[in-house]
Amino acid sequence: MHSFGYRLNVLLTFAVTILALMCAMASLSDNLNTPSPSAEIQIMNINWFQKQPQGNDEVSLTMNISADLQSLFTWNTKQVFIFVAAEYETPKNSLNQVSLWDAIIPAKEHAKFWIHTSNKYRFVDQGNNLRGKEFNLTLHWHVMPKTGKMFANKIVMTGYSLPEEYR
Amino acid sequence: MDWQGQKLAEQIMQIMLLGFAMIAFVAGYVLGSFQMMILLYAGGVTLTTLITVPNWRFFNRHPLNWLDPSEAEKYPKPQVAVSSKKKAIKK
Repeated sequence: MHSFGYRLNVLLTFAVTILALMCAMASLSDNLNTPSPSAEIQIMNINWFQKQPQGNDEVSLTMNISADLQSLFTWNTKQVFIFVAAEYETPKNSLNQVSLWDAIIPAKEHAKFWIHTSNKYRFVDQGNNLRGKEFNLTLHWHVMPKTGKMFANKIVMTGYSLPEEYR
Repeated sequence: MDWQGQKLAEQIMQIMLLGFAMIAFVAGYVLGSFQMMILLYAGGVTLTTLITVPNWRFFNRHPLNWLDPSEAEKYPKPQVAVSSKKKAIKK
């Protein structure tokens, strides 16, 4: 501690090390949070359902997505990324997951919402297996922290199905 | 700074930084504001810098007694021994 430069160096390195520890503790404190999210998706309408020239089935649907994800937010949350995926089985693939819609929730106030929307991304199959297909809709979320570990989870909603014939 | 001052500066620095870190973390957690934690800690680091880094007078209360230059002139400075080694190698 014999010179100005030496003391400044010690102070800065110690301060930054402590800052790293504080961020680690902040991330660990996220484990104390027990979230209780809820969500519901209704399919309002099948807009059209056709076989594309390449031979793949495609469907366009309108959904009403409502959710309460406020309990996911902590003091260390920057934003929550959510997306809705359709999951179903085909002879070729044991699991197909097609992302239909996503959004970024920047703050707790915006985490309780409903939205009436058509699918943001195309619902296309690898093949023509969708007629009369039963599928699940899952709402996934990624809680992105300000510092530290990201938590991800989902809610699976079952019981949806597509029409037997193209329209 | 003198020796006592250096030790004091080090102690003050460590205690203040750790103290502000704990206060900032608790305040941020209780208020639910990450920003508050960072601001409080940054303020604490600045305050600690102002107190411990510059060479304040109170860090020099036990000054060292360096030898006066006029005293040092009176005694010859030690010479580096070179000539005897050269003769031994030549043979």
